[in-house]
Amino acid sequence: MSVTAAIVERPPPQARGWPRRRIIGYALVGLWIAFGLGIVAYLVLAWNAEFFAKYAPAYLKGLGVTLSLVAISMVLGAILSVPVAYGRMSNNPILSGLAYCYVYFFRGTPLLVQTFLVYYGVGSFRPELQTVGLWWFFREAFYCGVFAFALNTAAYQAEILRGAIESVPRGQWEGAASLGLHKLQTLRKIILPQALIVALRPYGNELILMIKASAIVAIITVYDLMGQAKLAFANSFDIQAYIWVAIVYLVMVEILRHGVEWIERRITIHLKR
Amino acid sequence: MPSQSIWTLLSWGPDGWLDDIASGAMVTIALALATLPIGLTIGFFIALGKQSEEPSLRLASNVYTTIFRGLPELVTLFLFFFGMPILLQHLIRYFRPDATIDVNGFVAGMIVLALIFSSYASEVFLSAFRAIPKGQYEGSYALGLSNWQTMRKVILPQLLRIAFPGLENCWLALLKDTSLVSVVGLAETLRNAGVAARVTKHSFLFYSVASLVFLILAVLSSFATNAILRSLGKREAQR
Repeated sequence: MSVTAAIVERPPPQARGWPRRRIIGYALVGLWIAFGLGIVAYLVLAWNAEFFAKYAPAYLKGLGVTLSLVAISMVLGAILSVPVAYGRMSNNPILSGLAYCYVYFFRGTPLLVQTFLVYYGVGSFRPELQTVGLWWFFREAFYCGVFAFALNTAAYQAEILRGAIESVPRGQWEGAASLGLHKLQTLRKIILPQALIVALRPYGNELILMIKASAIVAIITVYDLMGQAKLAFANSFDIQAYIWVAIVYLVMVEILRHGVEWIERRITIHLKR
Repeated sequence: MPSQSIWTLLSWGPDGWLDDIASGAMVTIALALATLPIGLTIGFFIALGKQSEEPSLRLASNVYTTIFRGLPELVTLFLFFFGMPILLQHLIRYFRPDATIDVNGFVAGMIVLALIFSSYASEVFLSAFRAIPKGQYEGSYALGLSNWQTMRKVILPQLLRIAFPGLENCWLALLKDTSLVSVVGLAETLRNAGVAARVTKHSFLFYSVASLVFLILAVLSSFATNAILRSLGKREAQR
């Protein structure tokens, strides 16, 4: 390739005039602009200081609930994902079978079903739970949401962790072994630093998915961001309740997405040529 | 425990609830299958727009995916389910002042799921487009094929094979997302299981059955996709 590099490949000439795809493109962009202006115009026209004063603090509180729910379940899921990923990678057929079933169940069924299973399903064993002394936990919708979300995200995170660790070539393990490092040292000093670069983007996606999925807990009566929007809509029958909440979610997800991309650019600087 | 045993609860007929859950499962499958072609078509065109040389087309498609991948599925569903009737009512009042609009749960679910599915599928299609070498376009241009012929006879067959595993993931996500439509009252698997759970007070049993239904659907679709992949591979080998 380098020998023939003298042949410079010119970029194709810019299309001039109004080819069909440009007309379609401008029309579509115009449609989006009209849509955006429509929403802004609606929000301005429907501006209701009373509505805002009444529900803005509630939304803020809901945002706090959403963020804490996601944060707690992400951390718990990360802790729980380590043994699951270990089981998936182990040679023991019983361990790996168990881990496989766990992952298959939580990735194969909807999160909504899992949340119902915990909140309504486990909650129906009230007398038994009371004798064990766990009823206080399963009585609270928020704890049930955290429980279901942590189990769910543990399955996804275990797969991310496994994929990342397996993406590191075997030679790295062997090289570390020949240097006399034991397994844990190898994992901590050699494998994980390389694996986490691979895992960063999937982890970011998982975080975004969790934030989006956390809207589900509104259905089991947790007053997170979505729950507050549901309440506001039920009280006022004003669709702007949902429009505001959509904007907040969209902004959150976009910030996270760009943040992850920025971090990825920063930590892969040494890999760039 | 109430007098009925678990097996009567899970029987087929007036005493049991299995027939209700089975009909719910049918609705789930119908919803997913009805969404699939719409979502695939929109997703394909969005991917075309994203890899176009025309900046305005790229911008329009990127806005589309940013919105529908960024919004929680539930928020999109509620916006559509509650917002659409209001919007349509305003529009229709110009023609017939006394008309009222009611959005069908199935149709609303189908539209919302198609929007979400297409924005994820477009990413899959886009990376598949990028995996097809430029020589394929140049070769078919040299053979004198038109743009449309190139797409249909040269690019699309390769594109589908490359995109297939990614689309399978999108399909599984779609299958799971159908459960959200139960929230706006569509009588699908989860909804019917919920009704059964409330009537019989056996919540754990019926939600387990619902999750089992979704697991079975996932297993069945992995069988189906394996069969399709095998037949694709066979056709590849014949060349």
